[in-house]
Amino acid sequence: MIKKFTFPMGGIHLAKHKVTTDCPTVVADIPEFVSIPIKQHIGSPAKIMVSKGDKVRVGTLLADADGIVSADVHSSVSGEVTKIEDLPGASGYEEKMITIKVEGDSWEEDIDRSEDVEKEINLTPEEIIAKIRSAGIVGMGGAGYPTPIKTTIPEGKKANILIVNGIECEPFLTADDRLMVEKAEQIIMGARVLNRALGIQNAVIAIDENKPRAIEILTALSKLYVGVNVKICKTKYPQGGEKQLIKAITGQELPLGKLPIDIGCIVQNVGTVFAVYEAVLKNKPLFERVVTVSGDGCKHPGNYLVRIGTPISSLIEQSGGLDENVHKIVMGGPMMGNAVVNLSAPVTKTTSGILLLQDGEFTKKEASSCIRCGKCALACPAGLRPFAIKQAVSFNDTVEHMRKLHAGDCIECGCCAFVCPANIPLLDYCKIAKQEIRKK
Amino acid sequence: MDDSILSNVYILGGIAFVAATVLYLVSKKFAVRTDEMVIKIAEALPQANCGACGKAGCADFATACARSDESSFANLYCPVGGAAVMQKIASLKGYAATDRAPSVAVLRCQGSCKNAPIKVEYDAVSSCRIANRISSGQSGCPDGCLHLGDCVKACKFGALSLNKETGMPEVDTRKCVSCGACVKVCPRGLFEIRKQSQAGGMVYVACRNKQKGAVARKNCSKACIGCMKCSKINEVIKVENNLSYIPPELDADTFGKDLAENCPTGAIIYKERIHD
Ligand code: SF4
Ligand code: SF4
Ligand code: SF4
Ligand code: SF4
Repeated sequence: MIKKFTFPMGGIHLAKHKVTTDCPTVVADIPEFVSIPIKQHIGSPAKIMVSKGDKVRVGTLLADADGIVSADVHSSVSGEVTKIEDLPGASGYEEKMITIKVEGDSWEEDIDRSEDVEKEINLTPEEIIAKIRSAGIVGMGGAGYPTPIKTTIPEGKKANILIVNGIECEPFLTADDRLMVEKAEQIIMGARVLNRALGIQNAVIAIDENKPRAIEILTALSKLYVGVNVKICKTKYPQGGEKQLIKAITGQELPLGKLPIDIGCIVQNVGTVFAVYEAVLKNKPLFERVVTVSGDGCKHPGNYLVRIGTPISSLIEQSGGLDENVHKIVMGGPMMGNAVVNLSAPVTKTTSGILLLQDGEFTKKEASSCIRCGKCALACPAGLRPFAIKQAVSFNDTVEHMRKLHAGDCIECGCCAFVCPANIPLLDYCKIAKQEIRKK
Repeated sequence: MDDSILSNVYILGGIAFVAATVLYLVSKKFAVRTDEMVIKIAEALPQANCGACGKAGCADFATACARSDESSFANLYCPVGGAAVMQKIASLKGYAATDRAPSVAVLRCQGSCKNAPIKVEYDAVSSCRIANRISSGQSGCPDGCLHLGDCVKACKFGALSLNKETGMPEVDTRKCVSCGACVKVCPRGLFEIRKQSQAGGMVYVACRNKQKGAVARKNCSKACIGCMKCSKINEVIKVENNLSYIPPELDADTFGKDLAENCPTGAIIYKERIHD
């Protein structure tokens, strides 16, 4: 029997709804206009390098990273810059975006567009990190933390293991699964590139057991390369959370307030690892990604290779359009994603899925009073007491009290809200508590 | 038989006596000496304990008044009690009464369901604070009222109510004591405590949207579009980031009517008398 890994505390089992597992990734249509936000990552917005009227090509640098915690932004299309202004994003709040009118599809010359898998890596770690930086790569699992920072090991620390996160534990989403099936060799090469940058020979690709194709292909391939292994994890939500994954794979507990590197771990999403491969060995900046369009209200669910900046509405159009049954549109997974209020908002580097949901399992229901059942506390993988945090927020308690409840350690997985029989949106309260703590 | 009852009475009586003596001595030794003045002032206060005066409550305010000298007393004011209460306290202290122009809370938004139609429905918790985090709101205006009534819940004086038809909180100017609870609680900073003019009127820009005029107007017909017409009428009015603000110093009685009539969108509200 193969040993399956998991984390011990909290977590829930969700219906998977992975209807698009067997849908090969199709290249999405390039829209007439793309709007590319200059901040798609955690940190400061990038500095704009183009002006209105400029001609750009696919891969042209649009905005330059401003400081260490920031990331470059490249054009995903060729055409003319028509607008640089604040436009509403998916939440309806405005962000600075660069709008480009698409003309043709001409790419920057140094991007290698051939299908061959590049296998020679003879760059130094510094060169690799420099290439990752100039490709504007950020964590594609959702957080959008700039990858070069994660790859640069701070003075006095040492990396022991690179964990490639192929868990994708949210219902509906299959973008990472498809990537692992279709681009297995590239992902392994990407892991080897990162191994080299980190000065280690120990990459573990973690996949959960509901992805048999990906497990099969990657296990077979990994046997051919030194320093890359596959480990299978149990299907449980949130197995893909950084802390939970480290616990499952290494058995180590990530102490509160510490970074994975403090215990020698680096966790990267498979999408990010693939982007690293393309950046380092193919000179391709991050300007497109795989997005799952799905949900019980979606007519033709599928996986699409989408240029960053493509309006959400264009993707929805391509998968059958909207009808009156769609109750809610979500960007990301149904558990951690955010409601979309503006369909002209663009797909960004961190958009893993667009879900069209009917009224039902994943839409909010009328909340009643807490019955003190404690289910939320049992489900919380961070070991918190969500009901107490909710109470602290609704009673406007002091920030010290919220800190005592460790609200800052909430990983925003939403397990608590999902299990609550009173339908209390506990996650929303936890997010407010986190925000209050951060403000102080 | 009798003996045992008696001995019980003696023993328990003895314990009671000793305990009473100890308690008496302790209460004498650790007695909190309260100033006569503090008690008298506290009696004059409305005892709403709302914190509008900037102190922790009525007792704290009373202590501050009692300890104040002539100049620091001038800075103390209980908006709930108003001029009448301050007059009483002043006469207790023997100082001149502090007087302040009466003020009232105003809502700087007109994004009602009619002026700013609902485009997306919000189905999460009924709290402005949470809704503000999730999205720009049902009308799409990122600075407008969310219609979920955090302010109504925060008001201890029953001065606010949510109008079901328009979705907007409404201020009952007679009940509002300018405590500022709504100002603190609104996640979009829509409330402001404003002083009334000589004639009891008021003029203000009822909009906080900083988007460009055309964008703002798309979501709300009463948005300020930053056209600068008002700032031409009086240069103390500043238009920044496509949004105008009328400073409270501006004399509403002289300029109010003109301003309201010249604003092309109706973003400026002028009331001749606040209590209509
Ligand atoms: S959302 Fe936060 S509080 Fe709720 S279960 Fe997840 S970690 Fe715990
Ligand atoms: S799961 Fe819901 S009802 Fe149960 S204790 Fe937690 S908040 Fe209360
Ligand atoms: S004024 Fe502010 S607190 Fe009151 S309902 Fe509107 S958004 Fe909410
Ligand atoms: S006149 Fe009206 S719309 Fe124009 S800037 Fe002044 S308040 Fe705004």
